[in-house]
Amino acid sequence: MSGKTTNNEVREFVCICCPIGCKLKAERDGNTVRVQGNTCKRGEKYAIDELTAPKRTVTTTVRIDGGELPCVPVKTKDPIPKDKIFAALYIIKHTKLDAPVAIGDIAVSNVCGTGVDVVVTRACAAKNVRKE
Amino acid sequence: METIEKKIVIIGGGPAGLAAAVAAYDAGERDIAVLERDGYGGGILNQCIHNGFGLHTFNAELTGPEYAARYLELMRARNIRIDYDTMVLSVSGDRTVTAAGPRGMVRYDAGAVILACGCRERPRGAINIAGTRPSGVFSAGTAQRMINVDGQRIGSRVFILGSGDIGLIMARRMTFEGASVAGVAELMPYSSGLSRNIAQCLDDFGIPLMLSTTVIEIRGRDRISSVVVANVDENKRPIKSTAREIECDTLLLSVGLLPENELAMGAGVSLSRVTGGAVVNDAFMTDVDGVFMCGNCLHVHDLVDYVSKESAACGRAAAEYVKAKAPCNTDKSDFVTIKTSGGVRYCVPQNITRSGGGSITLRMRVDNVYRKARLVVCADGAAIINRPRPIMTPGEMETLELDDKASTAVRKAEKVEVRLETEGVK
Ligand SMILES: Cc1cc2nc3c(=O)[nH]c(=O)nc-3n(C[C@H](O)[C@H](O)[C@H](O)COP(=O)(O)OP(=O)(O)OC[C@H]3O[C@@H](n4cnc5c(N)ncnc54)[C@H](O)[C@@H]3O)c2cc1C
Ligand code: SF4
Repeated sequence: MSGKTTNNEVREFVCICCPIGCKLKAERDGNTVRVQGNTCKRGEKYAIDELTAPKRTVTTTVRIDGGELPCVPVKTKDPIPKDKIFAALYIIKHTKLDAPVAIGDIAVSNVCGTGVDVVVTRACAAKNVRKE
Repeated sequence: METIEKKIVIIGGGPAGLAAAVAAYDAGERDIAVLERDGYGGGILNQCIHNGFGLHTFNAELTGPEYAARYLELMRARNIRIDYDTMVLSVSGDRTVTAAGPRGMVRYDAGAVILACGCRERPRGAINIAGTRPSGVFSAGTAQRMINVDGQRIGSRVFILGSGDIGLIMARRMTFEGASVAGVAELMPYSSGLSRNIAQCLDDFGIPLMLSTTVIEIRGRDRISSVVVANVDENKRPIKSTAREIECDTLLLSVGLLPENELAMGAGVSLSRVTGGAVVNDAFMTDVDGVFMCGNCLHVHDLVDYVSKESAACGRAAAEYVKAKAPCNTDKSDFVTIKTSGGVRYCVPQNITRSGGGSITLRMRVDNVYRKARLVVCADGAAIINRPRPIMTPGEMETLELDDKASTAVRKAEKVEVRLETEGVK
């Protein structure tokens, strides 16, 4: 549990789990968190995570050698702890792939010990091999 | 010149063109050509590498390229061909499509044409900022493409004008690329971007959002060195006393999108002054017989899921049209025109065919931020749809799906109006 939070805490924020963007109010009372304002279950989980262990999905690009493209987009397969975002970006920046790659190929496994893989989100053929 | 006969020719292989092609195929049409000027399909999605696409369509949280790949897969499974590197040069009113591609110039005689060319960004010239013309000033979408597709670096200290979604997404993207983002200025007193993007792209990184603020001057000799920003009054005029200088080597402009409609104009299609896209009926047909339009060139969408849904309906309608089964026409006497008022800026489709059938979906935008309001559809004075909306903003498209009963009521009415009401809403 993060040290920032006190035992009793009320926080308001926007749910980022879908484009609706519900305004959530999360109240922590000892070990329980009460969530208001969410339209669906995902919002409740997000609010609890946000108070206890905030996470984000990270998307960026990775350089690729011998491909039709100079770089390919990647994402963390699941959200990773917010305080690991820049450490993860540093590792991804210093990674280089070899073409060809397919969607879902692992670019970095278990990034920063989060247990989450960074995966390719766009296929890239090797240079001079015409698609289709 | 080679001439090819095709039942349906779709111009643009972005999400709109792909969804239209898949739906036309599923409606029984096999003779389809998709013409795409780029070497790949998916359109603008290829540069939108962030996640958040496809929640409605695929019930999964995908990135832009993944969403595009899903549709390209649906195309492959149906064996629908996409002609890449093929630039459409003109479309005529009799549905002759002229394109330049790997086979040279080709002419298509089409039974139906679907325009799905997307939109482009408003150029800097359209917003007139004083000062020098140094390098380092980009439109946000161009910067997005340079970084995410071309793998370039563009700057290390960034200021962004315009808080639409592309501007917000780029604030985070530049932060991830190691740049520092000094702030995002927005002329209006509210952001036109999604609240979730303000939360996860600005608030997460402590990037200030400066509302009712604009850039009044660009400084720098060869490369931009700073911008001067100022607050604006109610009439959007800069207040001189609030002017302040902010250092930066990069300025991104995210000041809106315009439908791409040169081809439509060449074909004689009438455009709406509000949307920049064609005036269409409920089958997405323009006022030129057999010429259809969908996606961002019809009106700018904020979510690709809505693009896919609208474009699928367009593709189905075009398939019905070429089979000559569908009652879709350009006959004005068969139209009931939807009037908009009370804060509703526009409604697409603009016309409903009386002789048509099926349920109608209305898509619209409002002109301001409204809380606790209602969207009301009136047919000959009677409210047939009355939907409460806790909040509406100009940045988010509103959709009203009419059931069969309401759709029939609209088709039978003399006068139809869509309006926004704020009174008596709790
Ligand atoms: C810079 C930018 C960023 C965006 N970011 C987001 C985002 O983050 N999230 C989101 O949900 N939406 C975003 N959007 C909105 C997005 O455009 C739509 O969701 C969707 O991509 C629109 O699909 P479309 O097929 O109508 O247009 P596009 O994706 O633009 O596709 C149009 C296609 O037509 C082709 N074309 C155009 N003219 C011709 C011609 N003459 N001949 C042959 N081919 C032609 C183009 O090459 C392109 O492939 C963004 C839009 C822009 C412009
Ligand atoms: S609570 Fe549910 S509906 Fe509301 S923004 Fe979050 S995910 Fe979307």
